[in-house]
Amino acid sequence: MSELIPPFDWQQHVIAPWTEGFGANIWIVLMGFFVATACGLVGNYLMMRRMALVGDAISHSVLPGIAIAFLLSHSRGTVPMFIGALVAGMITTILIEVIHKKSRVKQDAAIGIAFTTLFAIGVILISLYASQVDLDQECVLYGEIAFVPFGEPVQLTDAFSAPVPVFRMGIVAVITLIFVVLFYKQLLVSSFDAGLATSLGINATFVHYALMCWLSITVVSAFESVGAILVIAMLILPGATAFLLSHRLPVIHALTVLMAALSSLLGLHLATWLDCSMAGAMVVMASVLFVLAWIFSPLDGLLVRWVRQRKLHLEPPEEIIVVPK
Amino acid sequence: MSANISTTTSGEAAPLEIHDLTVAYQKKPVLWGVDVTVPKGNLVGIVGPNGAGKSTLIKAAMGLLPVSSGWVKVFGTPLKENFRRVGYVPQRESVDWDFPVNVMDLVLMGRYGHLGVFQRPTKRDREIAKECLDKVKMLPYANRQIANLSGGQQQRVFLARALAQEADLYFMDEPFAGVDAATEAAIIELLHELKSKGKTLLVVHHDLPTARNYFDMLLLLNMRVVAFGPTEEVFTYELLQKTYGGRLTILSEVAEAVRTKT
Repeated sequence: MSELIPPFDWQQHVIAPWTEGFGANIWIVLMGFFVATACGLVGNYLMMRRMALVGDAISHSVLPGIAIAFLLSHSRGTVPMFIGALVAGMITTILIEVIHKKSRVKQDAAIGIAFTTLFAIGVILISLYASQVDLDQECVLYGEIAFVPFGEPVQLTDAFSAPVPVFRMGIVAVITLIFVVLFYKQLLVSSFDAGLATSLGINATFVHYALMCWLSITVVSAFESVGAILVIAMLILPGATAFLLSHRLPVIHALTVLMAALSSLLGLHLATWLDCSMAGAMVVMASVLFVLAWIFSPLDGLLVRWVRQRKLHLEPPEEIIVVPK
Repeated sequence: MSANISTTTSGEAAPLEIHDLTVAYQKKPVLWGVDVTVPKGNLVGIVGPNGAGKSTLIKAAMGLLPVSSGWVKVFGTPLKENFRRVGYVPQRESVDWDFPVNVMDLVLMGRYGHLGVFQRPTKRDREIAKECLDKVKMLPYANRQIANLSGGQQQRVFLARALAQEADLYFMDEPFAGVDAATEAAIIELLHELKSKGKTLLVVHHDLPTARNYFDMLLLLNMRVVAFGPTEEVFTYELLQKTYGGRLTILSEVAEAVRTKT
């Protein structure tokens, strides 16, 4: 057993990453936090719209967009990449809508058709033009967050520089936060009831496509550096945990950010301890937080459910006691 | 203002004018050539068999569905330019009641049409929302999660939200579906109160026997408009038979309803 799981050492696995490895680890944790915050907040709305899997779909189907952007611009610059991802993301969204509305195929199957088709086209493009495209699907899907600190630095001030991916993801996370705060009303009501939104003068279709656009940008700015697994997981896990802990959307947003920070930080320590993949460890910690919330949530966690079940025959529910006149 | 008193009815365009409206799902028409002008201050029941296009009519009138032909005007202009004057109560089953909002949040949504793009609900919006909740006797539940409401309570909250829209024309899709007698009575009282304030209401209704007592005007619908007019003129055996076709169970219900009329 001891050969499989290395012994845990407080000094080495909890303290040392911050005393010795600070310079690198701070960027890894920050990157994980930014990715999880941006993805988590967008994911909140995907989940409320029962579209959680669209995130999964778009994170794969942006591949041909990125490949074409490379072929056309011959660069790995941020701008062409974003444009490629945006276009591919939009095409995916439209394709899903069209297949689902204009045929008898249901939405979940439509998602499966749209993203696998686009992903396959991306794979073909990359293998066809491999010599011209400095990119392979491995690097897009399995980017590694541990390499983030060694990215090209951006000089922010004379004394302070940040790796490009972290800087870019930080901006995306901040903009996501600003969007969620500014357009809270529009996002909330169009997610709840598109018909009502329209009757209130809010263009629900526009909100839908804007959300999908932003999802594409978030996904593409994250996964080149951290890999698709972390991105897909962070779209769903922190939000799912938050939904178990609160019934109010603003609180859910705040808890999502908190879960993002916790899973990123705990993931780093887990990875240091087991000497394993950072992204994998962060996702596993996010899952652990989810399971904890599932069991211990004061709202309707397994424990509370169990206690309630036992109390059920002792007290009638309040509605029976209070008869409104 | 005073100069216009004698012409108040003709001074403003009708709350709702539907002209030659046709709606089709994949070539199959569900509404055919609907031509209706609803005068102000009426409580109108939309009645017809299942699949008659009652909900479709409301949704198409509100611009929630693409129409094949025809147009809809609200107070003389397209709805998009006048959405603040229109309130909407969707079918209760059309939304996810596990959505993470409480009763107050849901009623406040009714105020969103009156707010600027980035504006938050103000103190006044909250006051209005509270008053509306109080009117449907749901104020004690303001902080309750919407998942923990009974069917009747959900319907009351939907009505409170529609009230908070402070509209002049209301579309309500089966507000009486699945509510208890007490809630039904409370809702109809509220609808009459709104009417007495000069509001115009179009209500999709399923139950024929009560339709006669609830509404001043009836729109009998079965893909096309069978009849539209004051309840006492329209609620006749012949017209109802035309609306419901030859369906036996319904016909006996109709016969019963017409008999109790006299």
